[in-house]
Amino acid sequence: MLQAYVPLVLLFALAGAFALFSVAAAPYIGPRRYNKAKLDAYECGIEPSPQPIVGGGRMPVAYYLTAMLFILFDIEMVFLYPFAVSANALGMFGLVEIALFVATVGFAYAYVWRRGGLDWN
Amino acid sequence: MKTTAELIADDPLWLSIIKVVAIFAFGVVMTLFMIWLERRVVGRMQHRPGPNRVGPFGLLQSLADGLKLAFKEDIRPVVADKWVYFLAPIISAIPAFLAFSVIPFGPDVTMFGHHTALQLVDLPVGVLVILACSSLGVYGIVLSGWASGSPYPLLGSLRSAAQVISYEIAMGLSIVGVILRSHSLSTSDIVNAQEGGWYFWLLPVSFVVYAISMVGETNRAPFDLPEAESELVGGFHTEYSSLKFALFFLAEYVNMVVVSALATTLFLGGWRAPWPLSAIDGGVLNTGWWPILWFVGKTFFFLFVFVWLRGTLPRLRYDQFMRLGWKVLVPVSLVWIVLIAASNALWNTPGVTTGQRLIFFGVGIVVLLVFALLLPDKRVADDEEFVPVTGSGYPLPPLDLSVPKSPPRRRLPAAPEPAEREMEPAAVAAADKETGDGSL
Repeated sequence: MLQAYVPLVLLFALAGAFALFSVAAAPYIGPRRYNKAKLDAYECGIEPSPQPIVGGGRMPVAYYLTAMLFILFDIEMVFLYPFAVSANALGMFGLVEIALFVATVGFAYAYVWRRGGLDWN
Repeated sequence: MKTTAELIADDPLWLSIIKVVAIFAFGVVMTLFMIWLERRVVGRMQHRPGPNRVGPFGLLQSLADGLKLAFKEDIRPVVADKWVYFLAPIISAIPAFLAFSVIPFGPDVTMFGHHTALQLVDLPVGVLVILACSSLGVYGIVLSGWASGSPYPLLGSLRSAAQVISYEIAMGLSIVGVILRSHSLSTSDIVNAQEGGWYFWLLPVSFVVYAISMVGETNRAPFDLPEAESELVGGFHTEYSSLKFALFFLAEYVNMVVVSALATTLFLGGWRAPWPLSAIDGGVLNTGWWPILWFVGKTFFFLFVFVWLRGTLPRLRYDQFMRLGWKVLVPVSLVWIVLIAASNALWNTPGVTTGQRLIFFGVGIVVLLVFALLLPDKRVADDEEFVPVTGSGYPLPPLDLSVPKSPPRRRLPAAPEPAEREMEPAAVAAADKETGDGSL
């Protein structure tokens, strides 16, 4: 069964080798001329704004919210896929179950919508 | 008659290697060609020729650009995280190529004396592999922005991540509609299931949702907010130069080709010939090597639409963009999935006559209409005296001022008398301009 994945691994190896080679070879092919300003963070020519040593600056909290909503709906999607594959075998029972499931998630969705979780500002 | 999966399982290793190299070459060549095509087509749309110097019709322009990039200095900012900065382009390039592995390019052919299918692997979870690869590509973008240690790339990468995961949901939900019809996640099965009719006709809503979300997913115009040049310099790859930058570029274009190929596979019948051609001689054009032609043709149709969109539409605002994804595409696909599942179940229930099915559908449509009518209209500001203020308390001028009607255009006399032409040439030009501006 896992035999079927061998070509996938081969493609992974080829793409990986190509990418690794490109990234590793870049410093040796190109020229190297030292300039302090060149190694600064690029901010259109002004002095770069101070950043924490690791991990960049602060970011809007809305991104975290989007990430959590993504997990909610992505898991919903994960449940829909197996249902879609075997929908015919499940028949009416499956239909009722999935309608209930979508309705349940729909409540969460309506709640998030009402609370403004889907608005971006 | 063996299935595609069995055919591929019989491949010797050397044949797999040939296919791997061919797929890789396809990705790279398509990228080079796409960059050229995009620049030429957008050029034509903007009334300029586009690159036409290097090679015939400028075809070698992107190759020359790639070589030029290789000979540029490789810069790493001092604040950058060394290893993550190094790994990010690799992480974004590999999944882009990997997604090609499950795309069926054609049916079974004889290749070097060996009977096989024009597909690298036919996994029972084919569509999931593509979704997984597109999700993994986000890591490259996020890590590149994070590792650069610079505000613009960080903002660009965050935007990109939020955008890709938002549209990933719409995309995944639109694919559920396809799977409800094909009952299989394997891409070759999905193509085979479209023998009777392409899903583009059967599932128009899924197709539209997929088509919109594939543009959002690949960060292309009009959804190219992560690299909005006027706001974020270059987005997540601002700090990258040389071949590392080239890898991001490569990944972006390969991703475009992948989503287009997936759209072809899911909705346009994959490698199947379009209708009048498919009827010729009992479907001879659906066998042998012909299907590659149809497949690449359909893929190019989508790629052209990508370029067309870029030439036509302005960039969306970020909140508009997120609203489209979360408030339009997601609920529409959810309702559509339930509808498709209901119609499937109804059709497959024994002992129900067609008349009863139609009555069921009529009731369903009436319920939907009533529900739509009951939804409240958009709230309008009923307080006429209300004056909006900005954050600092300054009254905001009304933003819906109508443009006053332009005055009627005055024509210059057709042939002014030579005696009356005592104005300086500059004054004449100014007068011309004045009348010209009369009509907006």
